[in-house]
Amino acid sequence: MLDATDLECVRGTRRLFKGVSFRLVPGECLFVQGPNGSGKTSLLRILSGLARPERGEVRWDGQAIGSIGPEYHALLAYCGHANALKEDLTPVENLQAAAALDGRPSTLEAVREALDAFGAGAFHVLPVRALSQGQKRRVALARLRLCARRLWLLDEPLAALDASAQTTFAAMVDRHLAGAGIAVLTSHQPVGLRAPTRTLSLS
Amino acid sequence: MSSVSATAAFRGIVRRDLRLAARRKSEPLFTLGFFVLVASLFPLGVGPEPELLRRIAPGVLWVAALLASMLALGRMLSADYEDGTLEQTVLAPVPLQLTVCAKVLAHWLLSGLPLVLVSPLLALQYGLPADVIAHLALSLLIGTPALSLIGAIAASLTLGVRGAGVLIALLVLPLYVPTLVFGAGAVDAVLAGLSPSGNLSLLGAVLILTLLFAPPAAAAAIRISLE
Amino acid sequence: MSNGIVHWFRFASPQSFYPLAGKMAPWFAALAGLLGAAGLWIAFFVAPTDAQQGESYRIIFVHVPAAWMSMFLYVVMAAWAGLGLVLNTRLSSMMAHAIAPTGAMFAFLALWTGALWGRPTWGTYWVWDARLTSELVLFFLYLGYMSLNAAIDDPRRGDRASAVLALVGVLNVPIIYFSVQWWNTLHQGASVSLVRAPSMAATMLTGMLVMALAFWMYSIAAALARVRAIMLEREAHMQWTQQLPEAVT
Repeated sequence: MLDATDLECVRGTRRLFKGVSFRLVPGECLFVQGPNGSGKTSLLRILSGLARPERGEVRWDGQAIGSIGPEYHALLAYCGHANALKEDLTPVENLQAAAALDGRPSTLEAVREALDAFGAGAFHVLPVRALSQGQKRRVALARLRLCARRLWLLDEPLAALDASAQTTFAAMVDRHLAGAGIAVLTSHQPVGLRAPTRTLSLS
Repeated sequence: MSSVSATAAFRGIVRRDLRLAARRKSEPLFTLGFFVLVASLFPLGVGPEPELLRRIAPGVLWVAALLASMLALGRMLSADYEDGTLEQTVLAPVPLQLTVCAKVLAHWLLSGLPLVLVSPLLALQYGLPADVIAHLALSLLIGTPALSLIGAIAASLTLGVRGAGVLIALLVLPLYVPTLVFGAGAVDAVLAGLSPSGNLSLLGAVLILTLLFAPPAAAAAIRISLE
Repeated sequence: MSNGIVHWFRFASPQSFYPLAGKMAPWFAALAGLLGAAGLWIAFFVAPTDAQQGESYRIIFVHVPAAWMSMFLYVVMAAWAGLGLVLNTRLSSMMAHAIAPTGAMFAFLALWTGALWGRPTWGTYWVWDARLTSELVLFFLYLGYMSLNAAIDDPRRGDRASAVLALVGVLNVPIIYFSVQWWNTLHQGASVSLVRAPSMAATMLTGMLVMALAFWMYSIAAALARVRAIMLEREAHMQWTQQLPEAVT
């Protein structure tokens, strides 16, 4: 269960948002919207623990995320704007490195299967440098399939994805929510989930 | 379960960074190239007289190695910072101090160890006798990891900052003074026929202190840079 | 007594500290002037002429206190910065930034006076002795702190990053000083100092202490004045600064 209480975010001298509160239980999805620069990315970073809010706190299962540290990291998956892929490595090598970082090294089959599910299996031997933006995004999202996490924080996951990849992604999120996962995502486009979502508007 | 995951993460990071360096092929070469260039410039500047060169060799070679190692610091974390990999490293369930050590180890294997291995060749150019050469390599072997660890702090503090290269130099050179003094001092001692053990022990002490204090400082600095 | 504690925390916000700093600064400046005059009088009229170095040694009355202050201020700066890092208070970090330039100035002054002392004594403007070399390294530590803070756009990140740097620096300063001392003894370097009979020590020590106090009062006055300027700059978007008479243009 994710609890956000009275979050306030200040960047430099601008206050981006204030008084943001919500609670998410397993199976729920929060859709964050707002104009450019309204603090959607900052909110996700605060929820992940990368950034500290000016005021307010975030709690997981009743405990402040600052105090549980590594345990919180173990159950969350964060996908930012950047794909977090090394351009000189192949998708397979990238996912293997990501899984190792998780502390759960995965087999080659599992990696190939995650890539295939996202339609990224065809170019698994090319360095990421040679892929298009959309293909890179598919590889980045395939990581979610590889490492099972309870909380997903996704920043503009649909950016550069074509229609079929968007459908695959929506199905993946639906499956995650059905399996008692929680998701918070920002997007400028409708995500098309079957599960009901709550919306938070920052403006 | 958790100890298994920590070693896997550590090995994974080192393996990934070494693999990246193998693809790019620029890393050891740039640092080595700079080391050799600087060491070659000094005789051009001070004259080729063998006695003089032999006397200044320990200091010159140490400073050249120090500068070469320092130039590589900008590349330790900046690529990870730019492509988002550093955020994933911070969000990993493994302690950040451990992953910082992994990054520093990979960095040292690529830009510190090569200096140690090439230093005997440069020492020959300066006419140093064999036992001095051995001690030069030994002092660099102990000293360059300390340089990488101290440098990690400066690299972490300046992520994404304009002019980070020169800023890293300014931040790190005062902190390098003890390592330089003890490292070059050890080689000087052997050259003068004295025992290097005092200097080498102090150098070892510096290495141990940096092993203890640099990873937490660098981890804190990375978190601050990502906020 | 609990009243006193409540009052002190009230001054932890920039808004309440601003007028307090404005009132305190002139007093410290006046103290600095008085002590400085007293110290210089001792330096030039009370302390006797040195047998070996003549009148030129009198520069130690500026050189040594300046060196002391540069070291002392670095520790104070690191303490404020550390406080700001741990307690997450803006004012503590601002105090650290306010102290830094003064500390750097004293380090620079110590270097210059050391050079001026070296000239008549050794015939050269620079001597690589342990104290001067350590002072040079300390000067670079100050420059590093100020440059890092200046290079980072976000003020909060700048506060925290420079705090980490200051703490790392303050832990390293003893090690650096020791290593420079070690280096100097190894290489039998020259030393810019006084080899003195004990009977002279009292007057000179008094003079140096008075000058040190003068420098300390000056540092407090300068830091208070500077922190006000920093507050105006950092809090320019807040209502309380916009309502100040000096802000209305």
